[in-house]
Amino acid sequence: MRLDVKKTYKLFIGGQFPRSESGRSYEITSPKGVFLANAAQASRKDLRDAVTAARSAFSNWSQATAFNRGQILYRIAEIMEGRRDQFIAEIVACEGVNTKKASEQVDAAIDLWVWYAGWCDKYISVAGSQNPIAGPFYNFTTPEALGVIGAIADQKSSLVGLVQSIAPIITSGNSALIIANEKSPLSAITLSEVLATSDLHAGVVNILTGKVAELAPWMASHMDIDGIDLSGAPRKSATELKTLAADNLKRCHHFTGESLERILAFTESKTVWHPIGV
Amino acid sequence: MEFTYAAAPESRSVVDIAPSYKLFINGDWVAGKGGTFPTINPATEEVLSKITQGSASDIDRAVKAARNAYTKIWSKLPAKERGKYLFRIARILQERAREFAVLETLNNGKPIRESRDVDIPLAAAHFFYHAGWADKLDYAGVGKSPKPYGVVGQIIPWNFPLLMLAWKIAPALATGNTVVLKPAETTPLTALLFAEVCQQADLPDGVVNIVTGDGRTGAALVNHPGIDKIAFTGSTEVGKIIARAIAGTEKKATLELGGKAANIIYDDAAIDQAVEGIINGIFFNQGHVCCAGSRLLVQESVYGTVLDKLQERMAKIRVGDPMDKNTDLGAINSAAQLAKIKELTSAGDSEGATRWSSPCELPEKGFWFAPTIFTGVTESHRIAREEIFGPVLSVLTFRTPAEAIEKANATPYGLSAGIWSEKSSKILWTAQNLRAGVIWSNTFNKFDPASPFGGYKESGWGREGGRHGLHGYLLTTQKSHSQKGGK
Repeated sequence: MRLDVKKTYKLFIGGQFPRSESGRSYEITSPKGVFLANAAQASRKDLRDAVTAARSAFSNWSQATAFNRGQILYRIAEIMEGRRDQFIAEIVACEGVNTKKASEQVDAAIDLWVWYAGWCDKYISVAGSQNPIAGPFYNFTTPEALGVIGAIADQKSSLVGLVQSIAPIITSGNSALIIANEKSPLSAITLSEVLATSDLHAGVVNILTGKVAELAPWMASHMDIDGIDLSGAPRKSATELKTLAADNLKRCHHFTGESLERILAFTESKTVWHPIGV
Repeated sequence: MEFTYAAAPESRSVVDIAPSYKLFINGDWVAGKGGTFPTINPATEEVLSKITQGSASDIDRAVKAARNAYTKIWSKLPAKERGKYLFRIARILQERAREFAVLETLNNGKPIRESRDVDIPLAAAHFFYHAGWADKLDYAGVGKSPKPYGVVGQIIPWNFPLLMLAWKIAPALATGNTVVLKPAETTPLTALLFAEVCQQADLPDGVVNIVTGDGRTGAALVNHPGIDKIAFTGSTEVGKIIARAIAGTEKKATLELGGKAANIIYDDAAIDQAVEGIINGIFFNQGHVCCAGSRLLVQESVYGTVLDKLQERMAKIRVGDPMDKNTDLGAINSAAQLAKIKELTSAGDSEGATRWSSPCELPEKGFWFAPTIFTGVTESHRIAREEIFGPVLSVLTFRTPAEAIEKANATPYGLSAGIWSEKSSKILWTAQNLRAGVIWSNTFNKFDPASPFGGYKESGWGREGGRHGLHGYLLTTQKSHSQKGGK
């Protein structure tokens, strides 16, 4: 007989897979209470490390060509496709849904990457403008990435909600740190493995597993995060999180579904004046 | 032979200032419940009029009037007719431009040359620009038939009183919102004259309400449950208070806050032009400009030349009577602002920077501060980090373009920046790397209604002006991709 080699689920920070510096982990069980795995329980320090990693990744990622970013996002979809069975099995185990439902969720997540991959080299043309000002100046406005964005992933689905948050954030060149679905974090870690092998620059996406209630306030109050996707935050905590986020005027947003709006929410418009003359 | 300028004062006979003003609510002048306070001419300290301190109950009354006007009239009016009101207002502002310019200068202290040539024409242009948007909102980029928020609370600063009013009211009305606006405590007069323009334009009652007062009036407006959206221009400190105040509500906000803009002079710049740009960047409007070029970054190889020419040019700045058409630098807007400038410049002295002020005579009455530069400034000095909001320039140097970018971006603000170089590729590279919302190359402090304005980081949320500015006043009707059946 052969003994199974069990998988250890860890955090994803700066392109690496560390355990929580706190040494903590928590049990992941199926809806029926069957033990599935131990997930790393991220601490405040892990979150700060993720911010540092995201900040150092920002410069290169935001200045990569839009074509290059689009290629990498598409590559993520390709690699996910190759790991379909693993994603399906983990969703079935964590969420207790049947294979068909799980498979639909994986399809939707892959298609989201493809959809956003195509936006990388288009959102600027759609949302930017040349402005007809009354004077001898060439004047244009162009959206660009905001910086480091925190996100609390949707707590209902384990995979599609996560991709709904990550993909639009990084499409424009932001880097991201995401608190995964607390109860069902297995897909998040498997997605990390996809990201780590997809040519995505290390640190562009950082994924933390752990307790949302513990991590979210640290995320909201961190002074080197520029915006937060609160889509997965419990409703009752939104006021507290937005209040903390006001310390450095983070851009806070809630979303449903995928949209161009979701990309633009974490961009900043820059207007440049340049004189015309001989 | 000595050449001197003869006095060239603008006449103030064109304005008629009432001894006191009430609040403009629901198309009518109504007495407020919060008492009164004087408004003065900061150049002479002469009391111009008595202004009403709007109370919380006055705000309540104004918000109800705005809601009523929104529900019953403004939201039902065809968009093209709404636009015509804005065109009317633009025209009246143009017709009464001289009156507005004189009144602005009397109440604000800015040179008549600036109120006449910049503030008032731009305010009129803002209404004209947005008037045309009213029936074209399908093209604003937020979906088909976008909807207004409803009632918008707006709070504006004292540095460009009428222009900031125009930046707020024109897009709000064009997109179909009604407004309650609170002008700055020290500069309410042109907003009150604007109320008269609304009457003259037959704007339906309650579409624009103007409630004067201090910060307490503003707080009552921000916290009023009947407000759907806040638009604020002012300090970052107050911007954060507003962000916290609305955190637990459905209210949205656009915030246009402070700045500490870098003005970068490369060694291949046209130096004489750059010096004019430095002067315009920091001394325009007494430096009471959120996007002022208050941190000069000069490439080391041209530092001596730039500094010599800058001091020579500064000595020619004419400081004094704002009503004189030759005046370049007028009065500081208030005693409080002057005290703040003095406090920060003393910190500049005590932290080891070197002060130099233009040798000019300052009038005895009123609030004045001579054009001043500090050299030997390091990044840790308060005068390099904090917004002074006065005619004070901090001079720093750099060696390489990468160092210029690093220093320029080393601030929690991100409103504007300037670049001076004769090499376009270097300009565009610099513009790309600067984290600021408005970037002027080989120019500074240029504004246009078609050009979006607003900041990165702690300089605020959202944009004003251009197509982008409309987004702050419209609810998106865009559906998500899968809702549209795109998948």
